Amino acid sequence: MAEKVLVAVAVGVTNDMNKKVKDTITKTNKKINLKASLSLAASALLGTSVVTAPVSHAKDADEWQFDSAFLVYSEVDRVSATEAIIAGTKTFDNDEVLSLKLTVDALTGASANGAIAQPMAQTFTRPSGNGQYVTPAGETPLDDTFKDTRVQLNAQWAQPLSDNITGSVGGHLSKEYDYLSLGVNGNLAYDFNRNNSTISIGLSYFQDTFTPEGGIPKPLSSMLIGDSSAPDWDAEFAKTRIGDSDDKSTADILVGFTQVINRRMITAFNYSYSMVDGYLTDPFKVISVINFDGIAQDYIYENRPDSRVKQSTFMQTKYHFDESLLNTVADISYRYMWDDWDITSHTIDTRFTIPVGRASYIEPHIRFYQQGAADFYQPYIIDDQKSVDFVSADYRIGEMTAVTVGAKYGVVLNGGNELSFRIEYYRQMPTDAGFVDPNGLNGLDKYPVVEAVIAQVSYSF
Amino acid sequence: MKANIFPLNKLSFKKSLRSLWPKGKLIVLVVVIANLSACSSLGVEPWERDLLAKKEMALTSSPIDAALDDHIYFSKEASSGGKSFGGGGCGCN
Repeated sequence: MAEKVLVAVAVGVTNDMNKKVKDTITKTNKKINLKASLSLAASALLGTSVVTAPVSHAKDADEWQFDSAFLVYSEVDRVSATEAIIAGTKTFDNDEVLSLKLTVDALTGASANGAIAQPMAQTFTRPSGNGQYVTPAGETPLDDTFKDTRVQLNAQWAQPLSDNITGSVGGHLSKEYDYLSLGVNGNLAYDFNRNNSTISIGLSYFQDTFTPEGGIPKPLSSMLIGDSSAPDWDAEFAKTRIGDSDDKSTADILVGFTQVINRRMITAFNYSYSMVDGYLTDPFKVISVINFDGIAQDYIYENRPDSRVKQSTFMQTKYHFDESLLNTVADISYRYMWDDWDITSHTIDTRFTIPVGRASYIEPHIRFYQQGAADFYQPYIIDDQKSVDFVSADYRIGEMTAVTVGAKYGVVLNGGNELSFRIEYYRQMPTDAGFVDPNGLNGLDKYPVVEAVIAQVSYSF
Repeated sequence: MKANIFPLNKLSFKKSLRSLWPKGKLIVLVVVIANLSACSSLGVEPWERDLLAKKEMALTSSPIDAALDDHIYFSKEASSGGKSFGGGGCGCN
């Protein structure tokens, strides 16, 4: 069973196999009431029965394993999100693995609306068209009506198709107040060279529908600002809308190769190709139209192309050091991403799992991310450059560097259950991609830093 | 045209090979094959998997953390996926 762990690359398969290792490592009887209830609930969903399962399956197979986590993500003065996950995995007789995952998250707070800071206060209309908000002088405009709750369900089934081939299929459903996402995926992994090498291929397809409150704004139209209780307001606001909802589809291909190098080292290489088609614009984002003095004359709704092709290469190495380095496990990965919007990005992610005593570990984590700007990104439009096709001032597709620094502490409790705590600091530093600003913008923060704290508690049982 | 597809002598065979496989691609193919054959000498025997079988040596040692991180970075940055699928899933970007 341990060999199998090393041969799966496609994520669904890998995750499921990880659970198998866990089964072998911690195959103690864990009779916890919560677990028993969850097992019953899961079995009821599946139409199977825990009680009537043959006794011979009682240990490795026919045992639900649960991972749960609660996370708080909080930005300074902006968005905060709480997210809870519970994931159950069950291994059946013939190494078939079923994974179910439920995610619930809630989002509140303020989010940058795309407009640029000004030396005077600015008034904006809420995306719904109901009311306005005012941004004080010198501050980055934030829309404080950001609020959403999301429920997500994932199911994945993996099974050996032959001695060397593992297949898996999965489904995804995510529902927010204004967003619906449905997805399917399929993966095949082929092991060879005594299970030291694996080639895998995965396909996934998502279909998303966006129904934002207030409808889909007309691209590049001016934001209507004024008295929202006026009798003709609704009719005027409707003129800036082109519909209630829009769709997008995402098709991904992921090809992977995993290689065991030696007793201490394993590597993985992935290539992915992703095609996104449909409504890729953010309906909540505007861009400031300024005059030569840098003073905003207008705010227009952004407009992005209706297709995007992303490609990436990903490399990962894990190395198990010996006792002289405390049996530390190093996990180092690098991703290069490029797309037809002219965005390129580099991501380096490193973790070191350092055992502390017999049953606990500490895991420092550093992540570095750098991206270039999309070719239609602009922090603002100067009045006479208004004839653009595509434009967005969303800093998330502008030039940026981001760093994450954090640590996780985990402890294996009696009975093999694991409790862990993670705290991280995330800092985004948008940068100037070479725009020459009018004098009126001097002294204003055009590329504000975003800081966030991520705190998480996890429990596996 | 036919001569290119069914070469009658060595010279035209080489030419047709060259037209089918531009030099760059041929080099890539050679490198890939060389790498794959080199891989066959890498690896371990089943009884040498003690360290590799540890949970912390799995490529995704904590799937829950990975899922949470993917969601955060998907909604805050222009890149997603790479290690796994980076597809849709939420209205956060």
